[in-house]
Amino acid sequence: MNNVFMANVFVAVVLRDLRLAWRRRIDALLPVAFFVVAASLFPIGVGPEAQMLARIASGVVWVCALFAAMLSLGSMYAGDHADGTLEQMLLSPEPAWSVALAKALAHWLVTGLPLVAVTPLLCLLFGVPADALGMVTLTLLLGTPILSLLGGLGAALTLGLRSGAVLLILLILPLCIPALIFGTGAVAAVDAGQSAGGHLSLLGALLIFSVLGAPPATAAALRIATE
Amino acid sequence: MSFRLFTFAAPVRFHALTGVLLPWLWAATLLLSAAGLYIGFFVAPTDATQGDAYRIIFIHVPAAWMSMLLYLVMAFWAVIGWAFKARLASMVARAVAPTGAMFTVVALWTGALWGQPTWGTWWVWDARLTSELILLFLYLGYMALVAAIDDTRRADQAGALLAAVGAVNVPIIYFSVRWWNTLHQGATIKATAAPSMASTMLCAMLLMTLAFWAYAFAVVFMRSRAIVLERERSADWVQALVKTTGDAA
Amino acid sequence: MNWGSPEAFFHMGGYGLFVWGSYALTAALMLVEPVLAASRYRSARRAAQEAQEN
Repeated sequence: MNNVFMANVFVAVVLRDLRLAWRRRIDALLPVAFFVVAASLFPIGVGPEAQMLARIASGVVWVCALFAAMLSLGSMYAGDHADGTLEQMLLSPEPAWSVALAKALAHWLVTGLPLVAVTPLLCLLFGVPADALGMVTLTLLLGTPILSLLGGLGAALTLGLRSGAVLLILLILPLCIPALIFGTGAVAAVDAGQSAGGHLSLLGALLIFSVLGAPPATAAALRIATE
Repeated sequence: MSFRLFTFAAPVRFHALTGVLLPWLWAATLLLSAAGLYIGFFVAPTDATQGDAYRIIFIHVPAAWMSMLLYLVMAFWAVIGWAFKARLASMVARAVAPTGAMFTVVALWTGALWGQPTWGTWWVWDARLTSELILLFLYLGYMALVAAIDDTRRADQAGALLAAVGAVNVPIIYFSVRWWNTLHQGATIKATAAPSMASTMLCAMLLMTLAFWAYAFAVVFMRSRAIVLERERSADWVQALVKTTGDAA
Repeated sequence: MNWGSPEAFFHMGGYGLFVWGSYALTAALMLVEPVLAASRYRSARRAAQEAQEN
């Protein structure tokens, strides 16, 4: 296996997806808009009482980030599947798992990172104090890649299906629950004045596990969907 | 020995064997349930703290065990079917899913009805009930995915991958939910803590577990037989079966 | 024996609704499931017969 070749193709897939997203950059930013709108519904729904909002903030922000990240997953493989590029990628000597990893990385760069960038703003809306705000942002920085990786698996499994978009979300959300628990747990620890180290380690472990486990599973799902 | 085992991997022999076993499985279900319920209601004493409400435990705990076990069984046969291209294994995996989901619903419903008189709320987000709820989502996800894919082979394979991913994640999810629950332990109480078990209570629970096991075998076999006929309908043996015995079910 | 009378049995120490509500749903599901499976089997048989006739 020519490692330089493999690295080149990996980079090529990432760059291609970035270029495609840039061409439709309004579409690419829709998940971020959804993130802000959805999170803003909560104070309207539950009332503006400051202490309560500060307490529910990390949960609300995390869950809305989950939903926002899931929304753009449908298009991860659909376009390539429709025009035959996906088949080409799978037929190439390039191992399918690196295609899956490249796709997830591109998704995170286009959708996940902007969500993380907007998170401090949302935290301010919820009146989250500075140290907790930093922790929410950090946990989402670790968590959004997990969402992109798991989401890629869901996108591959539901490739080409009529009800694919909603089905994908239903399949993947339960698998994201551990990340949600450790992410919000870290913030709760900071709020209580304790160390968030344990939670962050577990979240990091989930990230590593996802990086190692999701691409091969996604590759298998892509083969199943295209054969 | 392995030849004898794989003999029943053929749909025709599976269909014949399960047809013979079904009456015995139903008989076992009825006998075990009768024994378990008798001991549970007429021998096991009233609990000091929970009164007679605890008697829900005789279906709640066996149902929860079955829901978890059947998920693993489903994932196991689905993966076998995928790895060895064993069609029957895939059919059995699909047949297991609804029964597993049913037991999960029973566990959740009985958990709620047990929680209300004991702790005053219909639902408590304790580790076990929350994990059961997530397990229900995993079952429903599997059933939704295989139903959404028209091509049988792709559906079986995608389902197998999803079930395997789910099975790997179940320990992670359970651990994280327990972690989450201990973090928030201040306000919540261990709602579904079982009373310290007199041996009669334990005996009734075990009998009911065996009864549920026999039931699961019976229903899964029934559903598998239906799936076998659906998928193998043009096979010679199915044609012969349907012809000679006429329309009688 | 635990129960003085059939009334006491149904009353279940005041928890009758919860206990019998649990058992009732479970019994209902465990009756409906095999019935549905049997019905599916019969439909599959009929479909196989029709395939034969064609």
